[in-house]
Amino acid sequence: MQEYEAIIGIEIHVQLRTNTKLFCSCPAVYTDEVNTNVCPICQGFPGTLPVLNEQAVKLAVRAALALGCKVNSTATFSRKNYFYPDLPKGYQITTCEHPIGENGIINIDNRSIRIRQIHLEEDSGKLIHMKDESLVDLNRAGFPLIEIVTEPDIREPKEAYIYATKLREILRYIGVSNADMEKGELRCEPNISVHIKGEPFGTRREIKNLNSIKQVEEGIRYEIERQIYMLKKGKTIRRATLLWDEKSKITKEMRRKETEEDYRYFDEPDLPVLCIPHSLIKEQEKQIGELPDDRRDRMLKQYGLEKKDIDILVSRKALADYFEGVMKNSNNVKLTSGFILVELVGFLNERGIKFENNPISQDKLSEIICLMKDGIITRTVARNLLPRISERGSPKQLVKQLGLEKIEGEKELESIVKNILNKHPDEVSRYKEGKSGLFGFFVGEVMKTTRGKANPKVVGKLLKKIIG
Amino acid sequence: MENLSALSIPDINCLIKKGDIKVHELLDKAYKTIEQSSLNTFITLLKEESYKKADDIHLRIKNGEDIDILTGIPIAIKDNICIKGHRTTCSSRMLDNYVSPYTATVVERLENKGAIIIGKTNLDEFAMGASTETSFYKPTKNPYKHEYVPGGSSGGSAAAVAGLETVAALGSDTGGSIRQPASFCGVFGLKPTYGRVSRYGLVAFASSLDCIGPITNNVADSAILLETIAGPDSMDSTSIPEDVPRYYDMLTNEINNVTIGIVRGQLMDIIDKDVADVMEDFIKGLKFTGITLKDVTIEGFDICIPVYYIIATSEASSNLARYDGIRYGWIGNTKYDTLNEMYEVRRGVGFGKEVKRRIMLGTFCLRSGYKDQYYDKAIMVREKIRMSFEKALKDVDVLLLPTSPTLPFKIGEKIDDPVSMYLMDLCTVSISLSGLPAMSIPVGYQKGLPVGLQIVGRRLEEGTILKICHFLEKNGLASSNIENL
Ligand SMILES: [Zn+2]
Repeated sequence: MQEYEAIIGIEIHVQLRTNTKLFCSCPAVYTDEVNTNVCPICQGFPGTLPVLNEQAVKLAVRAALALGCKVNSTATFSRKNYFYPDLPKGYQITTCEHPIGENGIINIDNRSIRIRQIHLEEDSGKLIHMKDESLVDLNRAGFPLIEIVTEPDIREPKEAYIYATKLREILRYIGVSNADMEKGELRCEPNISVHIKGEPFGTRREIKNLNSIKQVEEGIRYEIERQIYMLKKGKTIRRATLLWDEKSKITKEMRRKETEEDYRYFDEPDLPVLCIPHSLIKEQEKQIGELPDDRRDRMLKQYGLEKKDIDILVSRKALADYFEGVMKNSNNVKLTSGFILVELVGFLNERGIKFENNPISQDKLSEIICLMKDGIITRTVARNLLPRISERGSPKQLVKQLGLEKIEGEKELESIVKNILNKHPDEVSRYKEGKSGLFGFFVGEVMKTTRGKANPKVVGKLLKKIIG
Repeated sequence: MENLSALSIPDINCLIKKGDIKVHELLDKAYKTIEQSSLNTFITLLKEESYKKADDIHLRIKNGEDIDILTGIPIAIKDNICIKGHRTTCSSRMLDNYVSPYTATVVERLENKGAIIIGKTNLDEFAMGASTETSFYKPTKNPYKHEYVPGGSSGGSAAAVAGLETVAALGSDTGGSIRQPASFCGVFGLKPTYGRVSRYGLVAFASSLDCIGPITNNVADSAILLETIAGPDSMDSTSIPEDVPRYYDMLTNEINNVTIGIVRGQLMDIIDKDVADVMEDFIKGLKFTGITLKDVTIEGFDICIPVYYIIATSEASSNLARYDGIRYGWIGNTKYDTLNEMYEVRRGVGFGKEVKRRIMLGTFCLRSGYKDQYYDKAIMVREKIRMSFEKALKDVDVLLLPTSPTLPFKIGEKIDDPVSMYLMDLCTVSISLSGLPAMSIPVGYQKGLPVGLQIVGRRLEEGTILKICHFLEKNGLASSNIENL
């Protein structure tokens, strides 16, 4: 049987986190009212000239270094010429012909995805399509972008998913971008071809409009299946740019590419050659810090947590930083990771608070964990403390004030348990008839009465003793 | 009354300071001359604003304030240089109604010194031409003979200066657009070193060649204007970060140990006899000045024309891509069925013939599969040309060669023959490609029409050029006044 193989390469555009646009001093904010963060330069008015934002160069160099690229000592800006209403100058200024970084690598599981190049370029504006006219918003025009281009090393949709996830994680770690796909801060454009193993590569088709990493995987999977189906039917695959339709989960042809598009590249005469001094590279190396993979390895060794938990912690720098900060004083890996990943994350999610804006300081949380560790409060009490913890005073004082210390005395608890059982004779008889699920109900009632202070282990023991 | 515009800037400054003339009188005279003129030099006049500034200056003088040498001096600006709140048409229908939202660096620097911008002058559409005939606003006429062209593309500026409609003007020079009209109109025109003067606010034709420079009736005025507009500008990344000398203070009546390299050789085969005769006459005169003369050969002038036109049109094809009528410019209809139709109509009607010809040429030269044969090769040859000029300037202070291979031609004579029009740039484009500074100076007349010669200097040595030209002017070898020659 013929075995098909997919060849996948990915181009990722990432918006850099700079204060101003790439070639003018407009604020790099496009969520404002349309066409407000614009000036003669980014609107391409006659006679204007670009002036390079050095912060963008620094961030691009940092990204190149973090992805293991060789950073070139010079980069040259070129003009990529094409007509479109959202492109005010009629050309895009890009270093794609002489990029900032080359030959990088990202390791995914057991494989390496090679990165061909990273280049710096400006974003276009946006078209807003109305009923019978289209309007142009240039707030985004001139935004600094880096484009990260892989070699066609990816073979499976899942690999693309892992690659994009890892890349996003790294970019966030080193602080060059928020890389939020829904906001368009990270745009993923995979190109896919399918061929029979051992035969020449097939025709490449590119997918745009993928708004999440999940969609990247889905889009690639769909396209591979579709191309294999076409090939099996003996149909030829046309070169094309496709749009992902998230509603119907299919790709649609946006424009057919009969031939390679001719962008008439030439060196941008308005900008001198960009020199990247060694000192800048050194300075950016220092800014990178520990990368996620290294951190995973270290934390695995240092804390002996399960890989699954480490993966979750490391996936967000703020989360991992927080965990390690709390650990300094709490010194209990299991309690700390469990409490942060379940109770704290749950608490924040319920309130729609981003982890980066977590109101509970590391000190306070480690105090809570110490109270749990020392057997002073139960986990339930600890969780209930979270909403109040941002108030003044230490958790310790709060526990005292509110009398939340754990009740462990069997005598004290026995009367409470008996009381609960007396209040619910029906449930007790049903339990005795075999409805063992009601055991939890009794525990819950005890906890309710004690406001979570009762040691659940002791309560369980007592219940077993009394009702069998 | 003598036309005040014929006086030099330092002389006018003296009169203003002494209170012998008012700035208003200067403006009255300039505007009256313009209004009575049939040369068609200006596209837009900034009368109201100019008189307001004159009132201001008058007050300042009355209050005993010290004024700068440029204060109150009427200056005309080529209409491809932007002034906030005023039209910048580039002589194109495309920008007929375009009002710039910002001011060019050169204009800002002039205005900071008190100069008064009296209006904006005619040019070839987007500075593409050598005769001002491609202007959407009709050709400008040569002040010496109205049926002749004033040269181009800064024809409006050169004719306005020669016709005493303004004291001085700014032009722009991509392949000779300051020097050739200066030559045709019998005035001084200086193209500075590429990057010496900020291009911010100059509507781009060919970015790697475009330069702004002065057009004046004497060398001192050019020195004053250049030292005002030159120097690094944070808005232009290609501006040279070097300090600007006080050119005007450098001008003296004596010069020592100067060697001029005379470029004849292959070039003279292509120069009209009328022009060659004037040049030989001028050289005879030079022999009595103590200046050392040396023959210099520079080969490959003929190759400069194709190299120039490949580079200039390639860059132009990209620079002019922004004109789509979406944010500004000629709109035509407001509704189009397709995007392509919009581009076709707006750019098809908004641009004139010559501009479209050059956009097509440049687009062709940059196409993949052709670029390596045309654009890339031209860039390589350009480097060779630059090196040969550098070499030629090793042993001499400046070079001397004609500005134009012919006398001014008649309006309509060459407009339908683009190749012969392109050949008009023969003597000037090589210097543009080399990025060197050069001044065209009026040295003689043939058949009642002026003839200019170019003095070419080393990179950033505008001072040397100005010093030598000033000396030649003081010795009666160059003058914008026909009676002095
Ligand atoms: Zn801007």
